[in-house]
Amino acid sequence: MAETSFDLIVIGGGPGGYVAAIRAAQLGLKTCVVERAHMGGICLNWGCIPTKALLRSSEIAHLVAHAGEFGVKAKLEGVDLKKVVERSRAVAGQLSKGVAGLMKKNKVTVIDGHARLDGTAGGLRKVAVTGADGKTATALTAKNVILATGARARTLPGLEPDGKHIVTYKEAMVPESLPKSLLVIGSGAIGIEFASFYSTLGSAVTVVEVMDRVLPVEDADISAFAEKAFTKQGMTIMTSTSVKSLKVEKGKVSAEIEPKGGKAEKQAFDRVILAVGITGNVEDIGLEKTKVKVDRGHVVIDKWGATGEPGVWAIGDLAGPPWLAHKASHEGVVAVEKIAGVAGVHPLDAGNIPGCTYCRPQVASVGLTEAKAKEKGHQVKVGKFPFIGNGKAIALGEAEGLIKTVFDAKTGQLLGAHMIGAEVTELIQGFALARTLETTEAELMATVFPHPTLSEMMHESVLDAYGRVIHI
Amino acid sequence: MPITIKMPALSPTMTEGKIANWLKKEGDKVRSGDVIAEIETDKATMEVEAVDEGTLGRILVKAGTEGVAVNSPIALLLEEGEDKSALDAAAKSAAAAPAPKAAPKAEAAPAPQPAAKAPVAAPAPKPAAPAPRPAAPVAASGGRVFASPLARRIAKDAGIDISRVTGTGPHGRVVRADVEAFVASGGASAAGGIFAGQGQKFAAASSRVVPNSSMRKVIARRLLESKQTVPHFYVTMDCDIGALLALRKEINDSDESLKVSVNDFVIRAAALGLKKVPEANASWGDDGIRYFDAADISVAVATEGGGLITPIVRAADRKGLAAISAEMKDLGARARTGKLLPEEYQGGSFSVSNMGMFGVREFAAIINPPQACILAVGAGEERAVVRDGKLAVATMMTLTLSCDHRAVDGALGAKLLGAIRELIEHPVRLIL
Repeated sequence: MAETSFDLIVIGGGPGGYVAAIRAAQLGLKTCVVERAHMGGICLNWGCIPTKALLRSSEIAHLVAHAGEFGVKAKLEGVDLKKVVERSRAVAGQLSKGVAGLMKKNKVTVIDGHARLDGTAGGLRKVAVTGADGKTATALTAKNVILATGARARTLPGLEPDGKHIVTYKEAMVPESLPKSLLVIGSGAIGIEFASFYSTLGSAVTVVEVMDRVLPVEDADISAFAEKAFTKQGMTIMTSTSVKSLKVEKGKVSAEIEPKGGKAEKQAFDRVILAVGITGNVEDIGLEKTKVKVDRGHVVIDKWGATGEPGVWAIGDLAGPPWLAHKASHEGVVAVEKIAGVAGVHPLDAGNIPGCTYCRPQVASVGLTEAKAKEKGHQVKVGKFPFIGNGKAIALGEAEGLIKTVFDAKTGQLLGAHMIGAEVTELIQGFALARTLETTEAELMATVFPHPTLSEMMHESVLDAYGRVIHI
Repeated sequence: MPITIKMPALSPTMTEGKIANWLKKEGDKVRSGDVIAEIETDKATMEVEAVDEGTLGRILVKAGTEGVAVNSPIALLLEEGEDKSALDAAAKSAAAAPAPKAAPKAEAAPAPQPAAKAPVAAPAPKPAAPAPRPAAPVAASGGRVFASPLARRIAKDAGIDISRVTGTGPHGRVVRADVEAFVASGGASAAGGIFAGQGQKFAAASSRVVPNSSMRKVIARRLLESKQTVPHFYVTMDCDIGALLALRKEINDSDESLKVSVNDFVIRAAALGLKKVPEANASWGDDGIRYFDAADISVAVATEGGGLITPIVRAADRKGLAAISAEMKDLGARARTGKLLPEEYQGGSFSVSNMGMFGVREFAAIINPPQACILAVGAGEERAVVRDGKLAVATMMTLTLSCDHRAVDGALGAKLLGAIRELIEHPVRLIL
């Protein structure tokens, strides 16, 4: 008989759940993870990782197409979409196996199946697991349970996916063919990454965004820069516009597109990707008989991840935005350390969570946008530095981009940093670190950034905010 | 080879001490003259200055360690160009050097003291010269406060001494939120200040914060400890000092060079009083009460920097008034300017604090641990007194003796104060 009594049960094996489980094991808690599909969750299997593999393929295609500019003789003969997808799946598969290995190494028990909270017994939480076969039932008990069931694509009335012509991220990740025309609804990170991927491979992409700019959570300067770059690449960007309805007709999707204050017009597309946000997987996990509160599809938690129900915690996408793997992992660690009674645990500061979007050009940011900072009453100093002023960027042939920094004029606090351009997703950690350490402009200016690197632009942007920029 | 920094002897009689604080941490650059550590003996906290230059490579004796023998290695200093790899070997040979406690007392072996002579122990003071400056007058900053740059800047702008802010960041680091909370609470509650309950708010604009000197910190710590841990009680008596003043005038008129003060008389009276009531010349200890043979009188002197120090007139029971007077003049002058040697203010079995010159009629002083008694002396003034059923005018002085009830009971305190009054009212006995 397998073990059924634990210190901690984690429901969901995504980047929130499995990281929480490893941390718990490190702290000596007897831990189990219940996962109904794949270890690694969406991130690893159907999100962050496989999309990065896809985007890498499209990036290489782009480079080959432009090889001549670098004096390299090569001709892009085409893209083998099947192989591109295969590689993406192989990458996800390799990492999922890696996570399973990590569980073993840390002596975390992994149970395949669907878990539901099932009341309490003798001060312990009970969790009922239905096996992957739908029959086997296992009853588990633990002092604490962390819910990490993640989220799924949100759908809007009238815009329901059919899985073939109208799809969400999951199908969009394993296309069998390249659509000639593609409509992407929603210009958040997910929508824009797919738009970028398909556009680079040759689809005619239209992006519809209900807000007045693409990547609406980013700084307005970044959004504007991105929109210009996407348009230049051949995408059609329609902001302040909504899609009223979708109808599949003769293998095509007819979309009723209505600009704000304008007249709805019908347009046909080969395929439509829905990327209008996500909603937490709050259903069928036994929340009904608990005091766990659900608000707009997400579990309500306090700063440590505790729900209203004693012994029940929630982390990651399930607990609300930002829907980012690294936020889930961090929340998992915080909750586990709280459960284990580690001294000096610090809650996650949402302002210090960087966000990355892997479109071309890449977008990355941390902290407040200029507008948000002003809205919060800060007097700001803003610095901007364009990629065109950076030697490494020009040498790479990536002279398109911008790094913007926002400081509090009074205290010198780095309120936010916003970047667009090549490799900025790898640069943003520098500013994330600066924010966590609470550095001011003085330390950033005094830091030596190596030459020649893209990171020099981070320095220049800070210098610019204080009127000391060198290279523009 | 790294330079070994050894536990300095801060006074000729010091055999061991406590490392109170490291003001530099491993990896910090150290320049000659930098204060690297605070060392505490039973009486005072003193600063240790570096003699050599380099990088503090390793701290061998952690802050808070007590009973560290003089001359035992406490840290290793890396010289320019040396790297950390040199430390391990040096640490080994340092450990092989005279074992902490054994060193000063072991007479058996002719103590070989290996490497000890080599690169001079950095802070060891020369006996004669006023080498180790007492903590008192040096307005050095305290230990390093771990705080984020942003927290520091916000604190500076708000005029807040960041060392008063309790950090809640990793490892107690002071972060922005802590300073903001400190400001919001009026700079009180975050530090657990006494004003917290009253909800006092200090506006940064209309008040200012002066960072605490080392001496101020020592005063604060020791007096707080005294008031919190020593059960004080007080006995008060009035003395007629008419005869004393007359005798003083006669003495001072007899010799131009003499200028004996009332306080000199009080010192002498306290010393003789202690000889008469030796049970009160005591110090409480958990294991037993220590009784002193000598009446070493500590005299509170206000320093120029706004602090307080207590130079000692040793064996005042065996010294004449002229000798006490001359000694006090010298000690007092040097105390005020912070030039005392540690042994001149460390030790002492009884304290005298005189505020008569400020017109204070009477007050109760805080005991100076580990002593058991302190005598608070008020001003001499003409008062109406009743004598033989009639009103009369006499020059009176009020004395209040604060006693540690653990070592000195009420009757004993009264007996000692009575003896002192008796001597003051019959001053001839003071010149015998």
